[in-house]
Amino acid sequence: MNSPAIADIKVHHPPGDLAIWVFILAELLAFGVFFTTYVVTRMHNVALFDEMQLTLDRNAGALNTVFLIAGSWCVARSVAAIKLDHRAASARWLLWGILAGGGFLVVKLFEYSAKFEAGINLATNTFYMFYLSLTFFHFMHVILGMVILLAVWLKAHRGGYSAADHHGLETGASYWHMVDLVWIILFPLVYVMR
Amino acid sequence: MQYKSQSVAKLYFIAAIGLFVAQILFGLVMGLQYVMGDFLFPHIPFNVARMVHTNALIVWLLMGFMGAAYYLVPEESETELFSPKLAVLMFWIFLVAAALTVVGYLLVPYAGLAKLTGNDLLPTMGREFLEQPLPTKLGIVVVALVFLFNITMTVLKGRKTSISIVLLLGLWGLAIFFLFSFYNPDNVVKDKFYWWWVVHLWVEGVWELILGAILAFVLIKVTGVDREVIEKWLYVIVTLTLITGIIGTGHHYYWIGTPEYWQWWGSIFSALEPIPFFAMTLFAFNMVNRRRREHPNKAATLWALGTGVMSFLGAGVWGFLHTLAPVNFYTHGTQITAAHGHMAFYGAYVMVVLTMISYAMPILRGRAANSNKAQVMEMWAFWLMTVAIVFITLFLTAAGILQVWLQRIAATPMSFMDTQDKVALFYWMREWAGVVFLIGLLVYIWSFFCKGEDKTAA
Repeated sequence: MNSPAIADIKVHHPPGDLAIWVFILAELLAFGVFFTTYVVTRMHNVALFDEMQLTLDRNAGALNTVFLIAGSWCVARSVAAIKLDHRAASARWLLWGILAGGGFLVVKLFEYSAKFEAGINLATNTFYMFYLSLTFFHFMHVILGMVILLAVWLKAHRGGYSAADHHGLETGASYWHMVDLVWIILFPLVYVMR
Repeated sequence: MQYKSQSVAKLYFIAAIGLFVAQILFGLVMGLQYVMGDFLFPHIPFNVARMVHTNALIVWLLMGFMGAAYYLVPEESETELFSPKLAVLMFWIFLVAAALTVVGYLLVPYAGLAKLTGNDLLPTMGREFLEQPLPTKLGIVVVALVFLFNITMTVLKGRKTSISIVLLLGLWGLAIFFLFSFYNPDNVVKDKFYWWWVVHLWVEGVWELILGAILAFVLIKVTGVDREVIEKWLYVIVTLTLITGIIGTGHHYYWIGTPEYWQWWGSIFSALEPIPFFAMTLFAFNMVNRRRREHPNKAATLWALGTGVMSFLGAGVWGFLHTLAPVNFYTHGTQITAAHGHMAFYGAYVMVVLTMISYAMPILRGRAANSNKAQVMEMWAFWLMTVAIVFITLFLTAAGILQVWLQRIAATPMSFMDTQDKVALFYWMREWAGVVFLIGLLVYIWSFFCKGEDKTAA
């Protein structure tokens, strides 16, 4: 019997593996604590933070935001493609996502080298302690996200995912979106908001 | 018992429990010395009692980990141990070295012991928890390397599972970080800096991996839940542990002369250290709730659940209490630290070793589980020891809060010794809780000799 009432019920569950969601929530909590600490500390040192913020390279930050959003879009396209069983397209979109991540890393490295050349380090002042710690912590997550996407891509490339089974792909994609989400908070918070 | 060579674990477990008794007896001696300063003086001064109390703990936990590994790895790898003979030989070397060290502590004044054992060749002694004379330290390295060789070769020749790989990672980390006990720079800041690479990266890093692996192994056995599910949890816990624990080392770097950013890094990352422990609690209860069989060994299941809860409380909650730099500024090195230390060591490492012993020992003695009577007695021991440690922790926390107030916050702060007199009541209560703990431990040992109807043969 196919009662419409039952057919209408959609079971909602987060895409990907439950374990990655435990991990994502823990990551968001870690960044959340870091952001909160930043905000509270800034409240006590508004003048210093405002002055130092102007020394950051906002254009590089904006460019990196574009890279990560574009990357997330590519990964979303990849998931959409596999749902239609377009395996080659799905793998291709993943590769674009990884490239976007690589672009982020390159821009960030230029930014870091400019800061280090200017003699800035963790002990320069509280603002730069936060800037370097937060962005580096996130930087490492971009690398981890790329490693995960690369592993997913390797399997996708060999045709390992299909419309019926793409659990692993959604798991990797979920993690990547987290990396993007954190940056979308980090960029305005540290580079822009005054 | 599926593999004959697993039986070497028995030796390690028995010695571990023996040293556990010594640890508790010396704990009671020093607990009394807190309120009766000249108790047993000059035969067992406070510093010696403390050294035996802490070192016996570390050595018996290491014995327990080794025994657990010798039991667990053949079963996970589905093959006999690479060399059971080597395992037995290392056991005796380790036991004799430990016994000689304790005898040395008790009979020779510490400075004399240092001279006697060649500390001037390579000075490594005199640092808390790493007091062992040079020959003992070298012995630990030899025993650890041979042990690791034995275990690693077993894993390499057999089936490789996530549990055995996480266990190996933890055990190798344990050995590698111990090497920093040989590094003793003159600069006191650097000295402390690397001292924590042994002390902190053991208990808040690699030991947690060992804990996770042992807990996962026992949970698979007693619940029958799919290995795949349990391993997934294990990976999440391991990752969270390493992320929070490694940088969390910073919570020891606040006041030792390191750059200021450690106050931030240490506070933020160690504030997150309860998360992996919380995950471990959820893990244990989830798996037991989803159990697909009723294992006859109820006591082992109780210990496993207890590990989940008590490690979260002791390591997670009591650690968090004083981990933030602005709080630690006042609480550093007070009885609050002692409270945390007692519950964390008991809740995480003592309990996980007892979980493994509880599960494996009946099997090593030829039955799936002990008689109902013996299990009831073991569960009594569980509750006596666990409740006693909760009270020890609460009394020490109370003593610590009062100590911080009188000695560091009050308008006219008191001296250290005057403060100690003021908190003496709590020390007395702690000592009585310690007596209850000893009774629990004796009941525990008694449960091994308790006769009764055996359950199904292993």
